[in-house]
Amino acid sequence: MEKIIKGKAFVLGDNIDTDQIIPAEHLVYSLTDPEEVKMYGKYALSGVPLNSSGLPSGGILFTKETEYESEFSIIVGGSNFGCGSSREHAPFALQVAGAKAIIAESYARIFYRNSVDGGFVIPYETQIKLNDKIKTGDELEIDLVGNTVKNHTTEELYTLNPLGDILPIIEAGNIFEYARQNNMM
Amino acid sequence: MGMTITEKILAKASGRDKVNPGENIWLNVDVLMTHDVCGPPTIGIWKREFGNDAKIWDKDKLVIFPDHYIFTANPQANRNVNILREFAAEYNLPNYYDVGTDRYKGVCHIALAEEGYNVPGTVLFGTDSHTCTSGAFGMFSTGVGNTDAAFILGTGKIWEKVPESLKFTFEGELPPYLTAKDLILQVLGDITTDGGTYRALEFDGSAVFAMQMDERMTLTNMAIEAGAMNGIIAADKVTEDYVKARTNKPYELFYSDGDAKYRQKFVYDASKMEPLVAKPHSPDNKDTVRNVEGTKLTKCYIGSCTGGKLSDFVNAAKLLFGNQVKVPTFVVPASTLVAKQLEEETISGVSLRQIFENAGCEIAQSSCAACLGGPMDTVGRATDGEVVISTTNRNFPGRMGSKKSEVYLASPYTVAASALTGVITDPRDFL
Ligand code: SF4
Repeated sequence: MEKIIKGKAFVLGDNIDTDQIIPAEHLVYSLTDPEEVKMYGKYALSGVPLNSSGLPSGGILFTKETEYESEFSIIVGGSNFGCGSSREHAPFALQVAGAKAIIAESYARIFYRNSVDGGFVIPYETQIKLNDKIKTGDELEIDLVGNTVKNHTTEELYTLNPLGDILPIIEAGNIFEYARQNNMM
Repeated sequence: MGMTITEKILAKASGRDKVNPGENIWLNVDVLMTHDVCGPPTIGIWKREFGNDAKIWDKDKLVIFPDHYIFTANPQANRNVNILREFAAEYNLPNYYDVGTDRYKGVCHIALAEEGYNVPGTVLFGTDSHTCTSGAFGMFSTGVGNTDAAFILGTGKIWEKVPESLKFTFEGELPPYLTAKDLILQVLGDITTDGGTYRALEFDGSAVFAMQMDERMTLTNMAIEAGAMNGIIAADKVTEDYVKARTNKPYELFYSDGDAKYRQKFVYDASKMEPLVAKPHSPDNKDTVRNVEGTKLTKCYIGSCTGGKLSDFVNAAKLLFGNQVKVPTFVVPASTLVAKQLEEETISGVSLRQIFENAGCEIAQSSCAACLGGPMDTVGRATDGEVVISTTNRNFPGRMGSKKSEVYLASPYTVAASALTGVITDPRDFL
């Protein structure tokens, strides 16, 4: 696993629910056929109201209309990220779009579990709100060993909560890979 | 710094002396429960990941209750039960409760209690969000998705993030017109549907410990309606007596330390509270029954893991005794044991079942039935334009059937009082 994740930030507000992450009408696409899978990247975060998409200015699409992948690889949210239905398609869609990590104050439990156990995105938590400190487009660098995120645009450094016992699952790829490597299965 | 009851149980299950909220830890699971909706996909993932010679980690710790889509002609629903049946036969599972046999139990969360799977100090996971119900027994219990359940099925282990705790203390004596349902609707109104996200809701206070297990389970059952990971009530003599009558498994009692850390504490005077409803379309849309009384109804429903236990029917029967319902009223005992108790329990020599029949209620077979809508032929299912008052736990659009129906959630007293008038009615008018 990479020890550093670099990329542009995409900033969102509180309570981003799974319908905003991937609207229910798009759940029809196959999760395995490569051509159909692309659609999840295209529509990732397409349910977010435009004025709050890409804060603080808003009006920025996560995935451009003509694209299937996003230019942003780190999502910065607020509290209760991933609330709503338990659909595993939500973290999957973010992964397909190219997101590597999320930084948020808190997550809905099932979204958090799905993100880790399915190996889709890394859900980092922070003690303080960062979605009013980081702007969409800022160049971020997450240090997975030191548990920090550096904002190269503003030169600010923030602490991330350690991932604890789930770090090895993330390193392995998903919960089943982890278990294989550790002779749990 | 001390620990909460939830932290102590999780520490024990992870083999540590101490755990802190926010930490991700690995737990040894004591019981895995699944049912007809999530069991088949869980089995599918388990086979895919663990291969052809996949082994169940511990057959005695796997419990399967078909309960959701049971009495229906729907082919997909029946196929699901068939998958469970074949799986149970193939692996010779001791704890499978097949429908159509005298082992059939009904709604899983109630059956877990009745069959002695709820044991203080243990850790129980289930593929159902209301698995938090078992927390009424001084244990940790929570719901997971199919991937996590498949993982437990193969390994007996799962990770969990230690939750922060919120404490709800109900002091004083509960007036005769209130039930646990009114208390939890108050909590939900106060903290909203995400106020418990990734947290434990701990219930405490003299009004809680004066309750029987049935009523305590109503409190923990609806913890998930606040987004909580688990609800929990420390065990006392009432709990121990209930457990010992059903199992000889060893148990361990845990209590929160006096200096345990809580994110927030709420204290209520139960004697001053009022009958409440959750208005359409959210369980936190709280109001007093008085404020919505007179709302015209098309249907009343008493059932589910929240409001279909013996105490719920005893309470409803007190009001329905010798009276006639004015709107179609459905009585759905959560389990086959509760159904049997309806025949055995009496008020002034008349069985509860007879009281409901005399009042004009329709009594259905034990299952989840219309609590979650279900296939079109489900008994009590809400149709377009209906206004329902129900003892169940969720009233999101379409939860009980049609998206064009409205559901009010309330206590069995309030539902029974409303059944007698055809409009939402405060039970104090009858009690
Ligand atoms: S009765 Fe309702 S809430 Fe309870 S397990 Fe069944 S569907 Fe879920």
